[in-house]
Amino acid sequence: MNITRRRLLYLLPAAAIAWDAIIAGTPEAAPNYNMTDHWWGFLIDVTKCIGCGTCVQACQAENNVPDGYYRTWVERYHVAGWPEENPTVDSPEGGKHGFPPLEKEGGKNFYVPKMCNHCADSPCTQVCPVGATFVSPDGVVLVDQKYCLGCRYCIQACPYGCRFINPQTMTASKCTLCYHRITKGLTTACSETCPTGTRQLVDLKNPNDPAHKFIETHSVQVLKPHLATQAKVFYYGLDGSVR
Amino acid sequence: MAAVFAAGILVFLLARSIFVPRTFGQYGHYRGAALAEIAAKPVMFAGHRACEGCHTEVFDVKTKGVHAHVACEACHGPLAKHADDPTALQPPKMDVAVLCVRCHEANKAKPATFPQVVSAEHSGGVPCDTCHKPHSPRIGGADTASAEKASGGGK
Repeated sequence: MNITRRRLLYLLPAAAIAWDAIIAGTPEAAPNYNMTDHWWGFLIDVTKCIGCGTCVQACQAENNVPDGYYRTWVERYHVAGWPEENPTVDSPEGGKHGFPPLEKEGGKNFYVPKMCNHCADSPCTQVCPVGATFVSPDGVVLVDQKYCLGCRYCIQACPYGCRFINPQTMTASKCTLCYHRITKGLTTACSETCPTGTRQLVDLKNPNDPAHKFIETHSVQVLKPHLATQAKVFYYGLDGSVR
Repeated sequence: MAAVFAAGILVFLLARSIFVPRTFGQYGHYRGAALAEIAAKPVMFAGHRACEGCHTEVFDVKTKGVHAHVACEACHGPLAKHADDPTALQPPKMDVAVLCVRCHEANKAKPATFPQVVSAEHSGGVPCDTCHKPHSPRIGGADTASAEKASGGGK
């Protein structure tokens, strides 16, 4: 057989595709959890948050998050007047042990729980040079701990500051939306333990989910919508000063 | 020349098959097996449904009170090990002096409708559960302390 240079160029992609199919092997048998049935999001009702920090403690216990690092945290906002450009925000130890009495007088004061927004069009997954972070088929932004180089590109790319380098593994770490729980039919650790029902897991593919119904019938918004990240953490009762 | 190309391609494909994980590209530009690995992590919080199966007497009291929607592990902590095997881990004793104020200590940033007290002024050092039973804290509710104690420590 006479292989010309042109013919070889035609053959190369075909060979690559064939080889991919060979090394991929047979797909694993589907477990009880079907990824295509879910599209996970989250609902945070700011009007209910009391800043107790139970969610932060629960997240650290559930996910073995090192001290001083937070996959979720609570911020306290103090907006002195209107219009005010810069509200005063504090979050001592991520709000883990609650908040000291507020010394400032007047204005608006409220708590805002923060976490990974599990963006459908996430900037963090787009910059990963090795494909270690990704949006799962059920809409959760995850990090492959075995594949992450710890290069920190994703940490810089996240507009919400939700990622950090875990000092034990030196890989990127973040909220997994308790993927090990939601795939077993449980809710996330933070929404399980939230005493006021501020935090709720939402299945955006399940119209009978009460939190999904809430989103359909109430005015909710996401953080930094102008960045078009398609964030899926929906806030109810959020003040315009929240960044 | 063709032979050199063929050899080069062979080396490339061989190296690729060694260095690229098997499940890479299964769902997208990432290792598909990572999903199962993340999902396999152990659960720490059993969830309130697991508690309610055995602790029915507490559940009955709690559903009638104002703490009906507070999950067990919000106060009692992560107890999946206890739920799997009740003898393996006994829940630690709760300290009301720490637990109650975590939510109910007054703070201007809390929603005005949420019940809050300045603990130092409210009880004068008397433990919260002298008057308020944590599973049904409203005085005069389903599971309260005696009326005598309630009048001594109420606000």
